[in-house]
Amino acid sequence: MSGRGAERRMMDERASSPFLKRALTSPPIRKGTPQCDRFIPNRSAMNLDVARLNLMMETKENSSGGSLTGAMVASPCGKGEDYKKHLSENLLNENVVGEHTKILTFKSKAPPAAAVDMGFENAVLYSQNGFSTTKSRRSFRHIPQAPERILDAPDLLDDYYLNLLDWSGDNVVAVALGAVVYLWDAGTGTIEQLTQPLAADDYVTSVSWASDGRHIAVGLNSTNVQLWDATRLKMIRTMGGHSARVGSLAWNGHLLSSGGRDNSIINHDVRIREHLVSRFCAHEQEVCGLRWSPSGQQLASGGNDNMLYVWDASAVSSAQSNASRYLHRLDQHLAAVKALAWCPFQGNLLASGGGTADRCIKFWNTHTGVCLNSIDTHSQVCALQWSRHEKEILSSHGYSQNQLCLWKYPTMAKMAELTGHTARVLHLAQSPDGYSVVSGAADETLRFWKVFGAPESGKRASKPKGEASGVRCINNIREMGACRVLGPSHHDASFCANPSAPFLSEDHLSVAYLFNILWAVLDGANAIGRVARSREWECMAALERRARSKLALEKTFRKGYGIITGEVGD
Amino acid sequence: MDASQQQLVRGTITLKGSAAIVSDFFFHAVNSILYQRGIYPSDSFTQVKKYGLPILVCENDGVKKYLNQVLEQVSDWLSTGNLKQLVMVIASLSSSDPIERWVFNIETDKAVVESGVTREKPEKEIMGEIQAIIRQITASITFLPLLEERCSFDLLAYTTADAKVPEAWDASDERLLKNAQSVRLRSFSTKVHQVDTMVAYRHCDDDEDED
Repeated sequence: MSGRGAERRMMDERASSPFLKRALTSPPIRKGTPQCDRFIPNRSAMNLDVARLNLMMETKENSSGGSLTGAMVASPCGKGEDYKKHLSENLLNENVVGEHTKILTFKSKAPPAAAVDMGFENAVLYSQNGFSTTKSRRSFRHIPQAPERILDAPDLLDDYYLNLLDWSGDNVVAVALGAVVYLWDAGTGTIEQLTQPLAADDYVTSVSWASDGRHIAVGLNSTNVQLWDATRLKMIRTMGGHSARVGSLAWNGHLLSSGGRDNSIINHDVRIREHLVSRFCAHEQEVCGLRWSPSGQQLASGGNDNMLYVWDASAVSSAQSNASRYLHRLDQHLAAVKALAWCPFQGNLLASGGGTADRCIKFWNTHTGVCLNSIDTHSQVCALQWSRHEKEILSSHGYSQNQLCLWKYPTMAKMAELTGHTARVLHLAQSPDGYSVVSGAADETLRFWKVFGAPESGKRASKPKGEASGVRCINNIREMGACRVLGPSHHDASFCANPSAPFLSEDHLSVAYLFNILWAVLDGANAIGRVARSREWECMAALERRARSKLALEKTFRKGYGIITGEVGD
Repeated sequence: MDASQQQLVRGTITLKGSAAIVSDFFFHAVNSILYQRGIYPSDSFTQVKKYGLPILVCENDGVKKYLNQVLEQVSDWLSTGNLKQLVMVIASLSSSDPIERWVFNIETDKAVVESGVTREKPEKEIMGEIQAIIRQITASITFLPLLEERCSFDLLAYTTADAKVPEAWDASDERLLKNAQSVRLRSFSTKVHQVDTMVAYRHCDDDEDED
């Protein structure tokens, strides 16, 4: 008994020793910081033995003891942390984690935010008032999925290596159908036949407007290049020089470059008698793509030999001997390079597209000859057009979707895909105002797409003035009899009958067009009927495809028929 | 949810109804925090009207799916009275270091869990209390430090030992912050569950010594 008492006394003595007392009763403070508040000891929750043990050793695993001390021991930081945790628990009523609590988290986590969207988001957020969200400039414009109009282009040759479509600065579209070149005025909707019929075997292989919008160069299978005056519809001269068909043409002021199946590029000065200035021989197969840069300093040529050459303008006028000295020889494409387009907003940036085996669009710096970017489009690239208003590029494709793809530059994000053509889209040409693009495809149609935006004023440059022109067109066709011409009238007839028909929205334009042909077939009108009948099955198929449901098709059909036959009023 | 709303009108709260109210609150609170702290870009949020306030909810499919899955289980746990805390940890994307912790502490009335009695509390009061918390979360950006880097968030559930742990859930550590400053926000109660809110954030370097 006494022993125990002695023990207890000893314990008390030990407890009362100054060192221990301080440790047990004074707060664990950091050296140098003034103590500003009271430490309220919580003896009931303290385990003296453990506390003493803690002072002796650095760390110790606590097997027994209450949850509070467990927490104190388990905290990995110094003594300051213990105190803080203790304080916060008491003041903030934090739920203390004991051994009986499980901490669980869901296995599959939420996806992190995309890197592109983050940035200075937070800074913007904090300067905002309330819940208004920032409508950044990233808002996309609406790109109509349906073409603005469709023109019939019978006999448009399905040949990858030809360039049969061009749009002049005076807003006239020139297209070569077989052996004849037709001019379609986008402003008035009138059609004119430019060239006279040629010899039996001959056909037009390329068409290119000069920059003045008045002269047009026509390349033929018979190896000649004709120069026509479009306002007077007269041929000015014929230029020879090639030994095979002339598949590509490119203007540079008064200089006309022509590329042919004889693998050579001839530069003609159209003003002088001896028009042949120089000849570039570097390609080993047909030259199918030819483009002068907007600055007129460089000429890009693509051939069936998968090569892309960049020539300097100075090489044009130099002597014959070094005429084959090109600036760059770019051989990364794995198929014929027909699609070529110079960037309007960045000098010496060239975009090129490869054929079926390649399917890539490649971007080049033509000063250094370096390939800047290459993207696989999964489809044969037939033509390229840059947007003059935005940093975008449009590409036209073949099998299997026959689509036009609009890409954002330089990210090459696909902004839109325009489908509608039923065969490969071989040619692209851009309107002078830079908002519309016309695509010519092997399905013998020309489709106009408003893909590069709309002018702010809201006026559409390519809309025909007045519906009466449609009627005139029909009359023209009837007069011509054979009606192998473009047929915008099919559209306009419906407009003409009821210009304010509300249901003929853009989405229905194509339906209306096809429907019109069908109506003509039913009607049996001679001139139109002859063309239409050959397309009857095509139209039905296309109509069915287009209609979202059989009901919608029926409705459209009935209403349209009624409007056109005049039964249904406005 | 419909049943619980009917009950709210009458003022009677059952366990299930209370669980629904609480998980609804969690959904909107978590979305508000995601918006205010800029975890996801602000234009991926749409406004919904809830608790008399326009609350921004994230439209990101992955986030929605994750939240729905987690909160479904949370709702389960709430109705069995097993959930003690729900913690939203905001961590840096690159280093997985926790930067912020939002702690929702839950106290469940045991009597309701065991015997299935109902409680009385007018719906307006509960909604008012929740509204106050959401307003506070919005206001908290005034003192919370700007998140400089890209962050991700994670939800941790603190349950009792006897809670049923489904397959999709893993054990985790606490993910505590070092050098944390805590601020206690308001709480609301449905008489069945009481939810307290607290945010712990990393201390700024230029503050002098802590007390």
